[in-house]
Amino acid sequence: MEASITFRVDGKDQTVTVDPEMPLLYALRDDLGMSNPHFGCGLAQCGACTVHVDGVPTRSCVTPTSAASGRQVTTLAGIGTPERPHPVQQAYIDEQVPQCGYCINGWIMTAAAFLRDNKNPSEEQIREALTGLKCRCGTHMAILRAVKRAAAQA
Amino acid sequence: MTIQLSRRAALGAVGSLIVTIAAAPEGVLAQAGAPATPISPLPAPGQLASYIAVHADGTVTAFFGKIDGGQGLDVAIAQIVAEELDVPAERVSVVMGDTTRTVNQGGASNASGVSQGAVPLRNAAAEARLLLLEMAAGRLGGAADALRAAEGTIFVAAQPDRRVTYAELIGDRTLNAEVKWNGRYGNDLNVEGRAKPKPIADYKVVGTAVPRRDIADKVFARHDYVTDIKVPGMLHARTLRAPIAGSRPVAVDEGSVRDIPGVRVVWKDGFLAVAAPREWDAIRAAQALKVEWSRVPPPFPDQATIYDHIRNAPVAKRGVPMQQGDAQAAIAGAARVISAEYEWPFHSHSSMGPGCAVADVRPDGIRIWTGSQKPHAVRDGVAKFLNVPQESVQAIWVTGPGSYGRNDAGDTPFDAALLSRELGRPVRVQYMRNEGHGWDTKSPASVQRVRAGLDAEGRVVGIQFESKAFSRTNIATSEADPRDSLASQLTGGGLNPQDTYLFPGDFVPTEPYAFPAKMMAWETIPPLLDRASPLRTSHLRDPLGPELIFAAESFVDELAAATGDDPVEFRLRHLREERDIAILRAITEKAGWQPRPAGPRGAAGDIARGRGVSLARRDGTVVGLVAEVEVDRRSGNIRVKRMVVGQDCGLIINPDGLRRCVENAVVYGTSRAMREEVTFDRNNVTSIDWTTYPILDITEAPEVVEVVLINRPDIRPTGAGEPAVRTAGAAIANAVFDATGIRLRRGPFTPERVKAALAGA
Repeated sequence: MEASITFRVDGKDQTVTVDPEMPLLYALRDDLGMSNPHFGCGLAQCGACTVHVDGVPTRSCVTPTSAASGRQVTTLAGIGTPERPHPVQQAYIDEQVPQCGYCINGWIMTAAAFLRDNKNPSEEQIREALTGLKCRCGTHMAILRAVKRAAAQA
Repeated sequence: MTIQLSRRAALGAVGSLIVTIAAAPEGVLAQAGAPATPISPLPAPGQLASYIAVHADGTVTAFFGKIDGGQGLDVAIAQIVAEELDVPAERVSVVMGDTTRTVNQGGASNASGVSQGAVPLRNAAAEARLLLLEMAAGRLGGAADALRAAEGTIFVAAQPDRRVTYAELIGDRTLNAEVKWNGRYGNDLNVEGRAKPKPIADYKVVGTAVPRRDIADKVFARHDYVTDIKVPGMLHARTLRAPIAGSRPVAVDEGSVRDIPGVRVVWKDGFLAVAAPREWDAIRAAQALKVEWSRVPPPFPDQATIYDHIRNAPVAKRGVPMQQGDAQAAIAGAARVISAEYEWPFHSHSSMGPGCAVADVRPDGIRIWTGSQKPHAVRDGVAKFLNVPQESVQAIWVTGPGSYGRNDAGDTPFDAALLSRELGRPVRVQYMRNEGHGWDTKSPASVQRVRAGLDAEGRVVGIQFESKAFSRTNIATSEADPRDSLASQLTGGGLNPQDTYLFPGDFVPTEPYAFPAKMMAWETIPPLLDRASPLRTSHLRDPLGPELIFAAESFVDELAAATGDDPVEFRLRHLREERDIAILRAITEKAGWQPRPAGPRGAAGDIARGRGVSLARRDGTVVGLVAEVEVDRRSGNIRVKRMVVGQDCGLIINPDGLRRCVENAVVYGTSRAMREEVTFDRNNVTSIDWTTYPILDITEAPEVVEVVLINRPDIRPTGAGEPAVRTAGAAIANAVFDATGIRLRRGPFTPERVKAALAGA
């Protein structure tokens, strides 16, 4: 029933031996020991588990691990580092966005892909791109400021 | 984060699949051998070193018995300590929430982090500075009062080149002294030494915008949450919840999960959980386990009747926190009586991540990793639950996935401790989403009845405000008593109902207004289900603020409308306190408020525009909000165009941090008012995820939020993080009235409800 599945995570080849139906989230967190992304709902409703699979923002809590086979998975830890931050990460720091911060995988990973594909977006387009993501602390306005700031720098 | 602990062999290995739990928790320490990794002794509350350490490299550690939920409280504490010690703020690190390293200051509670929590730290830092000055006097010669301190260096005032650094003074010594402890734990804990804290006029670090310390780590995925704690050998557990609230498992078919590797089932009375070495296996087992549940009568009324249920229910307890003059008689003799009722539903914490805790219960000591904002209470509660001495339990706070009050994080330590004891292994419990929404504690549903009398000239002669509701604390706001946990209630523990509603003295609705006669009363009603109820109540961010201020400030608006007054001028006419007046003036000036009576103007198009205001106090803090909205008459949708929110919470410690707190609070308050409502059927809560319990989406967030802060260096700081939550409901509802002439008297203001109200107008 278990299968060996190989994929690339943040630039490194990884193989896990798991139930192929197991969501990718648990392969990343439990089999590969990553402390992100987070479990928020397991229903693809909140975004806390978001990673990029071949560049596409993907809710890892409902994506079977088998669907990642042979693909490039990028996590929040993989899009930038303190030495070379992604523009959205830098904007999050500049704007001091997160409160508890548990939601930020969804916002940052979704915004990063959106800004890659959309130059000079309007605020309305940014809001539409981020719709459905959840933040319970109420940092909505700071998120918008950060994504606008990152857009201006892109 | 992987926790390395030396371990003894697992306790009492259990061979059978179903572990039957003893009727009463046994003292696990009865079997104790020599401690392998002893739980450290508690820091003594009367010792300076329990609060402040100055290190050989000149850095400082502050030990703070509260926690920061992401509002930058640790930064404020670092600033306050740095101020007293005359060191740069970046040199001060803050240890929080480990019960063996911090004195019990009550955890996060009632927005008291700075107002109360910082006081003993400030006093201890001042005392540490005095001790350093005295040490320096010996080294440099001369009296301590001839010395000055700056940037961690002490020098002779008259000869600044005669100097010594804190690092040189300390060397390998430990700075310590007795400090006078007031004998209290929790929010009221204080210590004082010989030193006097600095006068506020001398502040250099307090009042400046020092950045947060956790943000970069969070942004680069390097910040550990409680959900990230991994203990060697730990099992993952999931709990199973009753399909009908109040029912219990009567048969559990262990064969249904036999093919899942390493799965263990723990069942006792109403408590049922599965555990497995791999998390996915625990999740699968919880889904696959066949359980027969007892048949019980449906515990809840039809939700459509909930407010009538509240109106008609017997009164369990009544309180009258304010009675001034004879309001009833004044209203009876008034020329005109205005009355209204306002209804507010149950709300859910629905934290960003469901509750999670890790417990390692061993004969020689118990460790709990918790996201609860009151880790000392978790320690005390778990010790009582497992019947062991408090000193044998260490609770370690790790950032939780959201924490605003007593949420589901407060139940998981008890589940994890019970399971770890029974399974002889460390256990990580994480709830699933349906539990985070469906089984967390709720804020109480309520009905507010307000009446006022006006004289012939339109002046208010008296007002009565009565709130009837479920208790705000079926469950205590801390975890210190295990009877307040689901695990205890499901395994036959006693109950500990707290029949409370208003905070005595904290705030009363309409408090800022000098109406000649006032009566404020509250009444609680019995819970719908007294044990392990998914509608049990406890504190949720700004407890009672949203519902009471929605009612009070909507009603003040109704009075202004009844007398044909501008809502701001009406309020100003009845305000007496300068701070209330200043906030109201500040937000209305910023918003460009032009006086006129509220109500629709001009031709009725599809889009109606309006503005509304609200003003409130909370425990010394003053908040106000101007909301500008557009109402789409076709859809009933309210669009918040602009919010101008003002706050005066005394002395400002960190203006940037405060600005964000206030902004987040008012956006969150907008979510509560416009979108949130716990739904239930006769059997159970039915709002169990983000689809069935919508919150404010980013496409629905206000277009603009402007924050106005008033700094009061002469007034001690009061609660900052929560008060603005309460301003949103009334300001939005008042703006909708201004736009459409429709009064919204029930939350949330969903498009369906607004549309129905417009159709009925």
